[in-house]
Amino acid sequence: MSIGHTLLGLLESGPRHGYDLKRAFDEKFGHDRPLHYGQVYSTMSRLLKNGLVEVDGIEAGGGPERKRYAITDAGVTDVERWLATPEKPEEYLQSTLYTKVVLALLTHRNAGDVLDSQRSEHLRSMRILTDRKRHGDLADQLVCDHALFHLEADLRWLELTAARLDKLRAEVAE
Amino acid sequence: MSRGRWAGDLAMGARFAFTGGREGWIRALLTGVGVGLGVALLLLTAAVPSILDTRHQREAARQDYLLSPAKIPAADDTVVVAHTDTVWHDQDVRGRLLQPEGAKAPLPPGIDRFPAVGEMYVSPALADLLKSSGTGLLHERLPGKVVGTIGDSGLIGSHELAYYAGSEHLAPLIGKASVERIDHFGDTSDQGSEPLDPVLLLLVLMVFVVLLTPVAIFVATAVRFGGEQRDRRLAALRLIGCDGGMARRIAAGEALAGSVLGLAFGVGFFLAGAQLAGSIELFGISIFPDYLTPSPVLALLVAVAVPATAVLVTLFSLRRVVIEPLGVVRTSGPGRRRLWWRLLLPLLGLLMLAPMIGKGNSGGNFNPYLVSFGVLALLVGITALLPWVVERVVGRLDGGPVSWQLAVRRLQLSSGTAARMVNGIAVAVAGAIALQMLFSGVDADYTKSTGKDPSRTQMEVDLGSATAPDGIAGKLRETRGVRQAVALSETSFAGRPAGTEDTVQIMVGDCTALRELVKISACRDGDVFVSSAAFADPASRKLMTPGHTVWVDPTYSGGTKGVEARWTLPAELGRAQVRKDALRTDLTGLLVTPSALPAKARPSLSSSVYLLLDPKVPESDATEEVRTAALRAAPLANVWTWQSTQRSTRYDTIRTGLFVGAAAVLALIGASLLVSQLEQLRERKKLLSSLIAFGTRRRTLTLSVLWQTTIPITLGLLLAVVVGLTLGGVLMKMTAVPLRVDWPSVLSMTGFGAAIVLAVTLLSLPALLRLMRPDGLRTE
Amino acid sequence: MNAPAAPAGSLLTAEELRKAYGPTLALDGAGFSIHPGEVVAVMGPSGSGKSTLLHCLAGIVPPDSGSIMYAGREMATMNDAERSALRRSEFGFVFQFGQLVPELTCVENVALPLRLNGTSRKEAEKTALDWMRRLEVDDLAKKRPGEVSGGQGQRVAVARSLVTGPRVLFADEPTGALDSLNGERVMELLTDAARSTNAAVVLVTHEARVAAYSDREIVVRDGKSRDMERAV
Repeated sequence: MSIGHTLLGLLESGPRHGYDLKRAFDEKFGHDRPLHYGQVYSTMSRLLKNGLVEVDGIEAGGGPERKRYAITDAGVTDVERWLATPEKPEEYLQSTLYTKVVLALLTHRNAGDVLDSQRSEHLRSMRILTDRKRHGDLADQLVCDHALFHLEADLRWLELTAARLDKLRAEVAE
Repeated sequence: MSRGRWAGDLAMGARFAFTGGREGWIRALLTGVGVGLGVALLLLTAAVPSILDTRHQREAARQDYLLSPAKIPAADDTVVVAHTDTVWHDQDVRGRLLQPEGAKAPLPPGIDRFPAVGEMYVSPALADLLKSSGTGLLHERLPGKVVGTIGDSGLIGSHELAYYAGSEHLAPLIGKASVERIDHFGDTSDQGSEPLDPVLLLLVLMVFVVLLTPVAIFVATAVRFGGEQRDRRLAALRLIGCDGGMARRIAAGEALAGSVLGLAFGVGFFLAGAQLAGSIELFGISIFPDYLTPSPVLALLVAVAVPATAVLVTLFSLRRVVIEPLGVVRTSGPGRRRLWWRLLLPLLGLLMLAPMIGKGNSGGNFNPYLVSFGVLALLVGITALLPWVVERVVGRLDGGPVSWQLAVRRLQLSSGTAARMVNGIAVAVAGAIALQMLFSGVDADYTKSTGKDPSRTQMEVDLGSATAPDGIAGKLRETRGVRQAVALSETSFAGRPAGTEDTVQIMVGDCTALRELVKISACRDGDVFVSSAAFADPASRKLMTPGHTVWVDPTYSGGTKGVEARWTLPAELGRAQVRKDALRTDLTGLLVTPSALPAKARPSLSSSVYLLLDPKVPESDATEEVRTAALRAAPLANVWTWQSTQRSTRYDTIRTGLFVGAAAVLALIGASLLVSQLEQLRERKKLLSSLIAFGTRRRTLTLSVLWQTTIPITLGLLLAVVVGLTLGGVLMKMTAVPLRVDWPSVLSMTGFGAAIVLAVTLLSLPALLRLMRPDGLRTE
Repeated sequence: MNAPAAPAGSLLTAEELRKAYGPTLALDGAGFSIHPGEVVAVMGPSGSGKSTLLHCLAGIVPPDSGSIMYAGREMATMNDAERSALRRSEFGFVFQFGQLVPELTCVENVALPLRLNGTSRKEAEKTALDWMRRLEVDDLAKKRPGEVSGGQGQRVAVARSLVTGPRVLFADEPTGALDSLNGERVMELLTDAARSTNAAVVLVTHEARVAAYSDREIVVRDGKSRDMERAV
């Protein structure tokens, strides 16, 4: 999962302090693994260096780092590209996909498109596996089936998510 | 098992009959309507005795002629009645002139006071007829203006044409025309109607058996509507823990509920039909709605038998079905049907009929039970034979176009269903064919020759002895449409004025009239001739001796006093050869020109005017003109139209009854065919849509539906013809009528059956076309 | 979002299809295109309009508006008889269920499309048997559909869909009622047979593992189609 893209995405709704960013991330995506402050600062400085964010202002009289970050146009493009790029089909990528879907919703992009392109990417892999299976021996078939079933599970989850997008949109928006 | 559980299962089944969404309602409605139509027909049948009885009672209550020869003297409780019946374009009009002779004179039923002279009470139907245009000649015939309506109690049917008119100089005519003095209306001598002769009884029995058997079969089919859905539902009940017995009881409850609904529908249809029956007229017979009162015993029988049949049929159809929790298993499997036991029933029927062969001509009686059950066994035997025939024949069919293949294969897979569908039609047609044969055979017996020749004369105006014929013949001759009118009068003479039985006929007419009877060259007024057909016995011969003195219209021993006119026969009596085509065939005495007879003898003459009509005037017009002219000239005249044959009207009624009944039953069965056809089509909705999807022509599917009905119907009709001809043959043997096949009626009955198939196919076409729309493929 | 203009060499192309069933808009500007020998999966959630798209493409139901070009001919202007004839001779169909005539034997079912085209019965059943052999169900020839398993029945249906040598095969959830092993075997046989005759296959499915037998997929959602290959 790309923390950089996620934080960028969170900045799209408006400039935030590093502290706010961490809180928003933890709330939406952190679940049982909250983000360390250090991670936030190192990521933000990398993004700053790459010109994807800029410092919007510094709050006076506050704690050690009260910088407020805002996303640049380059940042927005980067988020867009990231969302449009399907993940390489592999096991346990739901968390990344989930993040993408939620971010798409948060940034008012079409979450269905995210799902469709991901499905397309999965199918590409499945076609290769299916073809291998058809021309391979039994061992090949078993190995391919294992992979196929996992990929199918991803896609099922995707379909289910797609079907629940409306509900998710409502929850995310609150 | 406690009684409560039983009731619970039945009640659950009853609930299932009506629940189950739209499908369930439609099924319940179809069953209800189907059973209802059957019940209505059964109730109608149960009401037939009451119809006949009520009509008979009404008729008896207004009877206005004396059954005993004794005459009643005038008193203040007597009334003189004259019969002035007429005919208006083939419709009988009952006419009566009434002359009350005192304050206590009896009123006929249906009117509350006597019409004054020049007044008339008419039946509602006659009132309507008189209001219609083109009835001018009828108006002229009726003696007075309408002042009131005859009540229902005075009429035997809603469409009867009748009137009562007031009159004042009837009394002198008593005995001379159809004029009588009576002191009460109604037949008090409880002699009842004459019993039906055995052949007529056989016919009536046959009509009932032939009509009711298909109705019973129809009811049995109707309660099976939606059978496959029910089986699936029962399987689902087994899955949640019903045992086999419970499932059967639930099925019985369902059938029971459907048939009870059908009973309710049936009563509704019957009552509606009774109202309708009051407003229509069939074969010249109309009735009042209240005639249609089913006899309580028969009605009760219907109310018990229909639900019982429904339950029995259901249990019977489940006999070889094992309802498993996961579906319905038919244990019969593809086992072939066996022939031998299916032949038992028809053979049994023949066996029961056999002992009565030839009973008809010896005046013997048929055992009505043996006849009914024998015929029933033969007809029901069809329903046993047909599945076997269909299975065998369809099993051999193969080849042909796609539509044919689709139909044949379907029939092969479910020949039983197909046979069940046409059972009713086959039974109805077989029965109708047998009856038609019997009718055409008995036809000769019941169509009597009248001995009259319509080419010599077409109408006769019977004046009785009340009116002298001369002036009337002249008036009639001038009537439009009349070409010739001759008057003939008749009386008799004896050798003594009274106390004798030996009399000789006198036929009086002018020379023109006499020439219509006999070949005579010379004839002058005053001549007297002896008929060549005169009695050969010496006593009569002696009476016709020239110059002999005789008495015209003698008083018979014990009879009313005649005019006893003394007459000396002329010295010369010519001999007259009777024409082969004489107007009268009963010339057994003297032929006399008018002035040869003494004036004193004139009142004894009974006269008729014989008319030849002008072929240039339409016969019905001329007929009405003559009737009108005759009635105006002689109000009490009877006008007859001559026909060469006369058919027993009772026989006619049975025949038309059969036609209408058979048509109604076939239409009813057609309705049930349509219902099951539609049900089948609905079940195949998906299949039809997918066949259409891969490019099947609609024509192909339509044709296959047509074949699917046509094949079993054809087989059913063939079997029906065989059984019908056999039964007809046996019945003709029973009535000792020479065996003859009435092919036109065989063809018309089978044609009727075939028409039903065509109609059913045509009517199911819209549904078929709708189901063939590709929308059927939509599942989302 | 909508399919672009018909690509060169495409056999069946649809543009801007709209179809409403009563108040429900089943198709709302959907497009489609397929080449000879191509297997295209039509995917999408239930009720998205993918079956309606198939029915329109196959000329079973006419769209309310839009264009469907098949082999250079506009199907929207054809009448019902012409479209039926097209379905009989150029198209093949496999549905999820309810498609075999229960009274006919399997070989008669397979021969049915040929018979509808006027082929004699003997010849039709001979060709039918050849196809049943290719789909490994020739031993069921004399059995009725009710006597064979679901997988066998579906193979019979596939044999029937291919017996006329169609140029386009329409398959609507062909494995929907089968277990995975049977379903995969049916898909293998179906795609092999289609490829060997260079037939195009329009495969409506919601199962990814079935869609994996396709060359590419389009997604239908809310009556709109999305061609994934071109979108990426």
